[in-house]
Amino acid sequence: MSAPVSTPGPAADESPRRGRRNRGGARVSIVGVFGELLVTAGVIVLLFIGWQNWWNSWVLNAQQNGAASQLSKEWLQESGESGDGSTASSAPSGSGSGQAQTSSTIPVSDEPSHAQAVGIMYVPRFGTEWRRTIREGTGDDVLNSYDAGVGHYDGTAMPGGVGNFAVAAHDTGWGNTFLHMQNLRVGDKIYVQTKDGFYTYAFRNYEYVQPTAVDVLLPVPHEAKAKASDRLLTMTTCNPPYHSVERLIAYGVLESFSKTPPAAIASEVG
Amino acid sequence: MYGALWRVLPGPWWVRVLILLVLLVLVLWALVTWVFPWVDSLLNANEQGTVGT
Repeated sequence: MSAPVSTPGPAADESPRRGRRNRGGARVSIVGVFGELLVTAGVIVLLFIGWQNWWNSWVLNAQQNGAASQLSKEWLQESGESGDGSTASSAPSGSGSGQAQTSSTIPVSDEPSHAQAVGIMYVPRFGTEWRRTIREGTGDDVLNSYDAGVGHYDGTAMPGGVGNFAVAAHDTGWGNTFLHMQNLRVGDKIYVQTKDGFYTYAFRNYEYVQPTAVDVLLPVPHEAKAKASDRLLTMTTCNPPYHSVERLIAYGVLESFSKTPPAAIASEVG
Repeated sequence: MYGALWRVLPGPWWVRVLILLVLLVLVLWALVTWVFPWVDSLLNANEQGTVGT
């Protein structure tokens, strides 16, 4: 971008002083090239800052939202096409369309292979536009991706399962996925959509832990020997924002399951 | 360096500007696709949302 601007100088100098350039030209041009390299490096650093704070945060945020909406549409279409048959067979045990079902009828899928979709997360407290695809695994290929952003911890429960459905995301960068996690209020709904339907969790409490505290992922957090009976959701992200000294943990409890979108997010889904 | 690049490029000025713009887009694309994510992973090696890693 600086090329057209810098040309008039050297180009204009060239013709009248061609002889002098041959003697002193080499030394001057080394300094000149060095200066141009420094300016270029400065511009690249500025571009990187712009990339981090704009592209990698807000543009990616929109891309991940869009990818989740796309997947949600596909799943709703699939369940709509097969819906007549499956609801006919399962309707007698359920309490009707859209109604919360008893815990014995909550479907729980098997854990998919790495980087496959686990579900789609909706958290109205994070914004009405906010939704994310949850994929299997918590590596950079899931958390730092254009179409996911939330990773499901390998081996933890699946949505609706007894135990601990544990997920992770960045708070800043890579879509700013869990940027607003510290804004959750007790009782805030966290919806997880799968091919089977919609799981509604309610936020219960926070915890601030060391990055090594893997026992927050246990079926009963921190209690290795306890037998799980609750259906929990655990969200982890780094704390404080822009740093990673600690981890912020948010726990939720499953409230209900419904085959159709809950009223609160019905207008956003699909 | 940029002056030399300008002199090496063929054609009238607007062709050169066009070539430079294409080069600029390619460089930016390479930066955003490979270089910046790589630098980010070096800077934020610890900055994960996960526990236990």
